[in-house]
Order: sequence, then C-alpha cells, then structure tokens
Amino acid sequence: MSRLRQVFEEGVLAPLVALLVALVAGDLLILAYGQAPGAVWSLLIEGTWGNAYGFGQVLYKATTLTCTGLAVAIGLRAGLFNIGGEGQLAAGGFGAAIMGLWLPSTTPALLAVPLCVGAACVAGGSVGLVPGVLKARFGAHEVIVTIMLNFIVLAFLNWIVSAHLAVPETLHTEGVRAGVLPRLSAMIPAFHGSAANWTLAVVLLAVGATWWFLFRTRSGYELRAVGQQPDAAEYGGIHVGQAWWRAMLMAGALAGLGGVNFVLGYKGYYEDGFAGGAGFLGIAVALVGRNHPVGVLLAALFFATLSQGGLAINALVPKQMVEVLQGIVILAVAMAVPEVRRLVRQAAGRATGRAR
Amino acid sequence: MILLFLAQTLRIAIPFLFAAAGGALSERAGIVALTLEGFMLGGAFGAVLGSYYGGSAWIGIAAGVSAGMALGAIHAVACIRFRADQVVTGVAINLFAVGVTRFFLDVAFQSSSNSPRVAGFGGEGLSALTALAANPLVWMGVAVMPVLAFVVARTTFGLRVRAVGEHPQAAASVGVPVTRVRYVAVVWSGILASLGGVYLALDQHQFTDNMTAGRGFIALAAVIFGRWHPVRAGIACLLFAAAETLQIQLQAAQVIPSQFVEMIPYLLTIIAVAGVVGRSRPPAALNQADA
Amino acid sequence: MSETAQAPAVRLTGIDKRFGAVQANRGAAIEVRPGEIHALVGENGAGKSTLMKILSGMLAPDAGTIEVGGRDVTGWSTAQAIAAGVGMVHQHFMLVPTLTVAENVVLGREPVSVGTFDRARALREVEELAEQSGLRVPADRLVADLSVGEAQRVEILKTLYRGARVLLLDEPTAVLSPPEVTELWKVLRRVRDGGATIILITHKLDEVMAVSERITVMRQGETVERLATRDTSPEGIARAMVGRDVALMVQREGAPPAAVPAAGTGLEVRDLVVRGARIPRAVDGISFSVAPGEILGIAGVEGNGQTELLDALAGLREAAGGSIRVGGVDLTTDSVRERGDAGLSHIPEDRHRRGLLLEYSVAENLIFGQQHHFTRRGMLDRAAIDAHAESRIAAYDIRPADARLPVRALSGGNQQKVVIAREMARAFSVLLAAQPTRGVDVGAIEFIHAQLRRARDEGKAILLVSAELREVLALSDRVAVMYGGRLVTVMPRREASEEVLGPWMTGAQRGAVA
Repeated sequence: MSRLRQVFEEGVLAPLVALLVALVAGDLLILAYGQAPGAVWSLLIEGTWGNAYGFGQVLYKATTLTCTGLAVAIGLRAGLFNIGGEGQLAAGGFGAAIMGLWLPSTTPALLAVPLCVGAACVAGGSVGLVPGVLKARFGAHEVIVTIMLNFIVLAFLNWIVSAHLAVPETLHTEGVRAGVLPRLSAMIPAFHGSAANWTLAVVLLAVGATWWFLFRTRSGYELRAVGQQPDAAEYGGIHVGQAWWRAMLMAGALAGLGGVNFVLGYKGYYEDGFAGGAGFLGIAVALVGRNHPVGVLLAALFFATLSQGGLAINALVPKQMVEVLQGIVILAVAMAVPEVRRLVRQAAGRATGRAR
Repeated sequence: MILLFLAQTLRIAIPFLFAAAGGALSERAGIVALTLEGFMLGGAFGAVLGSYYGGSAWIGIAAGVSAGMALGAIHAVACIRFRADQVVTGVAINLFAVGVTRFFLDVAFQSSSNSPRVAGFGGEGLSALTALAANPLVWMGVAVMPVLAFVVARTTFGLRVRAVGEHPQAAASVGVPVTRVRYVAVVWSGILASLGGVYLALDQHQFTDNMTAGRGFIALAAVIFGRWHPVRAGIACLLFAAAETLQIQLQAAQVIPSQFVEMIPYLLTIIAVAGVVGRSRPPAALNQADA
Repeated sequence: MSETAQAPAVRLTGIDKRFGAVQANRGAAIEVRPGEIHALVGENGAGKSTLMKILSGMLAPDAGTIEVGGRDVTGWSTAQAIAAGVGMVHQHFMLVPTLTVAENVVLGREPVSVGTFDRARALREVEELAEQSGLRVPADRLVADLSVGEAQRVEILKTLYRGARVLLLDEPTAVLSPPEVTELWKVLRRVRDGGATIILITHKLDEVMAVSERITVMRQGETVERLATRDTSPEGIARAMVGRDVALMVQREGAPPAAVPAAGTGLEVRDLVVRGARIPRAVDGISFSVAPGEILGIAGVEGNGQTELLDALAGLREAAGGSIRVGGVDLTTDSVRERGDAGLSHIPEDRHRRGLLLEYSVAENLIFGQQHHFTRRGMLDRAAIDAHAESRIAAYDIRPADARLPVRALSGGNQQKVVIAREMARAFSVLLAAQPTRGVDVGAIEFIHAQLRRARDEGKAILLVSAELREVLALSDRVAVMYGGRLVTVMPRREASEEVLGPWMTGAQRGAVA
C-alpha cells in the first residue's frame, strides 16, 4: 500500500464520508424549512470564503479553534482525553488580560506581547496541569476531572471578574494597556471590520512547533509511546506519569493561547463567557483533524467556516442550522472513523488473501 | 423554615434525580453518560412543544420523553453499532441538542431565547408545598432511584446490565445479548434524563435557550460521587441540591460568593475520583465498544 | 464412522476462517465420538482456539460445516450452541469479577420468580450442582475474591448448569498449579463418566498422554493428523505438530562448566522481596547470582513470582527489600533507564504489552528504550535510527525487511526478532530473557536460542525465565526452580531433568536455597 493511499484511507476518508452525511442532513433541514439547498450553500460559501471580511472572520474563528483542537489532539496523542479546553481557554484569556492590565502602557510591544502570550499559556497550562497531575499521582480519570474542572474554573473566573475586575454594569474588564495585537486589516485593508489578527501568526507557529515536537523530538516520541501503550512505555524507560502531566500542561498552554485571540487580538479586554463553546468544539476539531497538527488546522478552518456561514445564511434559514450540522458532523466522523478502519482492514485482508 | 428549605431542595433535586438515574443505568451498562445534558434539554423542549400544541402537561411529558428516547437511540446507534468513541458522541449529542432546540425554537415560536408560557401541573397560587405535591413528576422523581436500585440489584435485566458493563465478553459467551441490553439501557437513560428536562420546563412554564445550564453534568457528578450506585447517587443529588438551596438562601446575606457554592458538586467529584476518600471505581467496560 | 453406528458427538469439516490477513483455519476438521476425552493439539497459532470458537458459535466460519450429534448446525449462535449443550471453558476466564459465583453461573439463564431474578433459587441450584459434580465453590462469594483454581471450577460449573453435553476446554492448565491440574483431570473424568464429551485444547503433550483417548493435530490452520492416544507417543505427536522430527530435549553443545560467580560481576541479587498484586510477598526473599558467560534458567509453573521477580529486576516494580547489583553496582532503586545504561538488557515476557509499540515502525521500535542514545539536542537523530534499523534487520533477518512498516504488520516470530535484535544491540553485561520464544514458530525458536547461546559465549550473564521446561533445560548452565515466591532449588544442568525438577516445581519437594 502506498504511503499516500494509507494517509487517504486512514486519515481523510472518514472525514469525507462525514462531510457527505452532513451535507445530506443539511439539505434535508433546508428543504424542511422550505428553502432551496443550492441557494443556501452558495450563500454560505459566498459569506465566508467569497469575500475578504467573511474570510477574515473565518480566520479569526479558526485561530481559536486551532488552539483548542491542538489541546485535545496533544492530549489524545498521550492517551488522555482532554475535555477541559473550555476552562483552559478561558483561563488563558484571563491570564493575558491580567498581564496586559498590569503592564504599564509604555511597555514596548516587543516585550509586552511575549509577556501577555506567555501569561495566557501559563494560566491555561496550570488549569491543564491539574488533571494531568491527578491522573499521574492518583489515577483520577482525566475525562471526569477535566469536565468538572471546567465548571470550577468558569465559576471562579466569573466570580473574580464580577466581584473585582469588571467595569460597572458589564462583565468585562477594562481595556488592557499593553500587549494588544494588531488586526490583519491594519496591513490588508480588505479585511476591514473582521476580527482576524496577528494571533493567527502565533498560532501557525504553534501548529508547526507542535508537529515538530510530536514527530521529531525524543519527548514527542515518548509522549506518543505513552499514548499507545503505557505499559510498554514504562518498559522503554519512560516515566508515564511525567509524560501525562507534561502533555496536559502543553495541552492547557495551547488552549490558553487561544484566549489571546479574543483578549489581545479582538476586544482588548477579558469578558466573562468569551470561550462560548470553542473549547468543546476543539474536540470535534481534533477528531476531524485526526490528531495531526496540520489536520487540526484544516478542521479548524472547516468548523470556523460553518460557524461564520451560519450568520451568512440567516436570511434564508435560521443560523442555528449550523449548530445542528456541527453536531451531525461530529457524530458522523465519530462513527465513520472506526467503520472506515474496519472496512479498509477487511478489504486489505481480502486483497492479501487473493494474493496467496 | 426547615420545611421550606427541604421543599426547595427537593424541587431542585428532581431534575438531578431523573438525570442521574439515567446516567447510572447507562454507565452501569458500560456506556459513558456525557449525554445527560443533551437528553435533558431535548426533554425540556419536547415538553414545552407538547404542552403548547397538545394543550396538556401529560402530552408534554409524552413529547419530552419521545425526544429523550430519540436522542438516546441516536447515541446508542453511534456508540454500539458504529463503535464510536462514547466521549466524543456524548459531546456531539450535547451540541446537537443545543442546536436542534434552538433551530426549532425559531421554527416553532420565532424566538431565539424562549418559548411562550405553557401550563404545568397544579393551578396558580398554590403554596410551594402543595404545588410540589400536585406534580406527579415530583413523586416519580422521588421514587426513581429506589426503583432503579431494585431493578439493578434484583431483576434479570439488572443482573445483565451489571455483567455487560463489567465484562461484556463474559456476558456474550453465555448468550446474554450484550448489544440489546446496552441499547435498552441507553434508550432508558434517554427517557429518564429527559424526564428531568420535562420537569424543569413544566416547573418554569416555558423553554428558554440552554435552560438545563449544566444540570446534566451535576447529575453525572452525582453518579460518580455516588460510585455508580443508584441510592448513593440519589443521596448525592439531594446533597448537591441542598447546597444550591443554601446558596440561594445565603445570597441575600452575601456570606460566601454564590460561585463558590456552585463549585461544590464538581470539587467533591474530583476529590472522589482522585481517591482521597475511598477511590470511586467506574464499571470496567466503560467506553469499550467491543462486545 | 464405519466402526460405530453412533453419530459423532461433534464433526467439523472443511472449516475456513480468516481474520484480516491471517488465515486462522483452512479446511480444518475434527471428529469427536460421544463420551470421549479428545485432545486438540497444535503449536501456538495453529488455529485450535479459532476452530473451537467456531464450534461454540462465537465465530462464524467463512466456509465448512458444523455437525453436533449428527445435526447440521453451521453458523449457529452462542445462545443456540449453549441450548444444544455445547459449552466452552475459555483460556481467559469469562467471569464477571463484580458478580457472585452464583450470579456468574446462572447469567443468561437466570431463574425468575414473579418477574424478578430469584437470587435464593440461583444460590440453591448452584450449591446443589457443585455438590453433585464435585466442583466445590463458595456460591455466594464475589468472583473477584476467588483463587485461579476456584475460578476455573466456576467456569466448568457454568457449562454444566447449562446442561452441556459437549465441553470445550481451551488450555485449562495454563494457570493451574500441579495439584490443581490433578484435581482438574479427576473432575473431567467424572464429568465424562456422567456421559459428557470433552474436547481439550492444549499444546502440552504430557497432558495429552495423561488424559485423552483420541487426538486431532493441527498445524498452520489445517488438520494434519488424527491419532488414538494409546497408539502414539509424545514424539509422534510432536512430529505431527511441527511437521518434521524434533528432538524434544536439545542437548547443549560444549558449554563451559557452571562457574561460581565472582563477586562484583554479572547479576547479583540478595534477599529480594517484591510485593504482588494480591500477595504481600510475591517474591519472598530471593538470593542468587548469574556469572558472566553463564545462563541461569528459572523453571516453574507460571504465577509463582516469576513476573514480579523480572519486573523488580528491570525496574518496573519497586523492591520491598533486598538488593540488585549489575557488575558490582547497586541498581536497586535506579530507574528503568538508569539500569539500561548500567548494562541491563531485558527481553520482556509479553512483547505486546511491554516490548513493542505496535503502531510504531520497525525502525522506531528498534531504538525503543534507547531513544536517548539516538537523540541530538532533544531531537531524534533520524539518520542514525535508519542506519541502526538497516543493520539490525539484516543481522536478524527480520521479514519483511522494511524499516518503515508498522510492527503490527509483522508475524509473531518477526516481532519477537525485533525485540531480541534491539536488546542484543545494547551495550549490556546482563540479559533478562523472559519467555523468549513464546508464541514464536519453530524456525524462529532455533534462531533465538542460537542468539542467546552466542551472547552467553561472548561473556554475558543471562537470566532465563521460561514456562517451557524444555527450553530451560536446553539452554541453561544452571537450573533453578521457583515456587511460591522462592527459589526452592538450584542445580547444575547435568543434574537437572524433567523428572528431577518436577517435584520441585509442584512443591512436592521443599527447601529453599537462598
């Protein structure tokens, strides 16, 4: 089997099948609403990839989703299911805001931006570290801990913002004084009005770094070994617990980085509830992206397109349709991945059987 | 005063009790119950739709339960027939339920936030206690955990659920229809959890967007904190509801910020799974597709 | 069929079964007469278990017919098989640990009264059945609290409760101690005398000779021979299993005399204590040493502390007491990696659980455990890894010779060669070789044995732990027996034989060296 074919069958086929399912489901919803599917779909494409503003919005949304997607993917590579993206993302945004508020406004951007981004990663990373350490130390199941921790972190942030930091009558902080990232429209005027900003560049670097880490470094080799077979990893001289908490630390930091996009790139302040489900959607992104950093990036673009597309088609069908579709895509991919693997292996079995 | 406190606790606990019953059943059969939130939301929306167009709370219950059943069936097919990862499908079912209820809220009531008012059980102007007593769902909610405990411990179905959730290969080897037992358990978990949503919607006399607001996860926390045992899970539900009641009562006094009371169920659950006070151990075959 | 008018109890003909790329059965057949104990023998991977799973309805055959009591039942389900009186006792127990013995026995056929599960009746019925069949078990205890022997009795009870007339037992003695094995034979004969037919899957020839009346031999998925036990010999069965003559006991050629190890060399273990999962002292204060240029073989029934001993030596389990030295250096509290770098190499007993990363490529597996030696500034040195893989694949004739293939795609023998090629490539002075040829075909066994002897001749100290007594006898310079967590005897190879070691392994003869 050629390498390319293997990549296609193992990686691309299942998401394609799922996309097809989602398209059909979408058609049915649109027809049920009494509209023509063709018109709705073309409006969706037109409103996203068809003009600079829409595309800018897609890029903006994809930036956050790439981060939360990587956070899930790197956890899964180490054999851990990180459902804590939502809390890690929020904490990251909060960390960036605190640093931006604390730094004097005269801080040069060259210093302020790395400090704020670093603060986001540290804040998100610490939230990720908790389930990692509890897993390594006590064997506490990370799915349960991350879910529960989301609520704890969100409640805590809600309290600290509403009780201490909020501008009166709002649930957001004051604008940060340092570390703001310029929007892309500052360089490319066509993006005018869209929230796309230079966080995108930072996140692209993070995608490359994650790939490099996973597949080119010894730590990445060891992390993936732990994910595949912890008992074997232990035999291979790898400290499994350490790999776990490190993976969760990195996952949290990556999700936290996503918070920069909203806080430093878009609004310039921290607002309660800004994560708005992007952490959970990261699970879908990682799943469709097959836990590969490049796949995650592409999947993030796909889900960002759906989400932005909802606004574009609102004139014809309720924008909530895309939320239904998101659910269907995740279900369909989750079902298609094991099914496709089974069918491919069966076909391979038959092929070698004939060869004998 | 104490009576009122208890009544309020019970009122808050009912949705938890239904959802946790569904969660316990599903997880004992080896299927992860991240879906409770979605099942509840579906049930709540179905209840309002049914009551509004059917004109009766009973039709509301029927419609809500059907919604829960349908969501349960989708989840079951995805993770039993297609062996999809149950955590992923759980997250998907929850997103799907939010999307579908919003979509049809728009279709049915042309609103993005809430439905019109529907009748629930009991007339207007009843005292809190009589209103509770007049609501058949309250009685069902109180009974659900003891009944489930009996089903799990003392019926053939319950024995098979326990076997299937712990060692499906062993169950299959003696001819227990593993797949069927799991389908039944998951669909029933949809029915039970949706009743929690039905109660919620009828109690508030309307559907509001995402009105379950994490209650499904509190119910899941109760299941885990109760170590997958129905009665213990039920006690956990009451405990969590009491904390919430306390928070509401203390809110005026501003003793502790409400957010810290909100954290209690989640913190207790994390402490429980970390095994600081007696490790809680999930059914062995949880999230294993293979029978 | 011509010799008896009675229909065979079981007849399978022309069975084909494929799993992906593996053809587990090809035209396999077996015919079993009513009321006999029939042995189904073959090497690991010969397709015995698959054939029996097909008979018991757990798997559907791709082709072929199944007859039970003269009735064609091809493609039936587990439930139908059970209803027809065919019951299987699995190698890996099919018991739910959180249920009681009685609940496990009645599961799937629960007694019911007024719509609910009748627990009292279940308990009573199971106790009665246990009494009748002589399979003594505590009916109200949780299965999780049972010993292995008790658990197996529950398995047999399960089939009897379902009225089994045909009993299939898959490697039933693999986990039993010798007294438990004797007890099992008694029970089986009693069940047979009660009119049941028994098919015993095994690859242990002494068992075949001891208990069976007729034998079916399988090799590579095919049925190659049918024999009457009284007309054959272990050598005859072995020839049929392997397909050519084999010497059951390979004599070592010209090994050096067993040396008393000098202090400060080789492997030295003093008063080692290791906690087990269930027993507080799974390894109960063991002392021994292995000299450079020597193979010390540890024989013994599995489950007598061998796994815990190996884990402790390798650093995978904490030593609760005592010391471990390699080349005079104390490694007792060192990590796995530190031990490896100090000269300890380890062929683990279970390559799928420990020894290999199945999704990783052959090249990536060949550096596993030594990845820090193939790293430059935190990054994997891909050129060095590829060069290493190429030389190892050539030296050990790993097939197919493709370093990028995932190890999952290799046969069991080639997978084991990857493990051994890797562990032999380390700079090591002491080698732990645990079950080095388990699940490996005969050709690879000979190759692996030659590698172990060569390492010995190069002056390595080798600790061999094997459940195959023949392997221990074939390779060792000294032989020790492990029983109940202790080394009960150590003797030079020339004094050791199956007859001499047997009583030590069974605990019939006692007295600890150490």
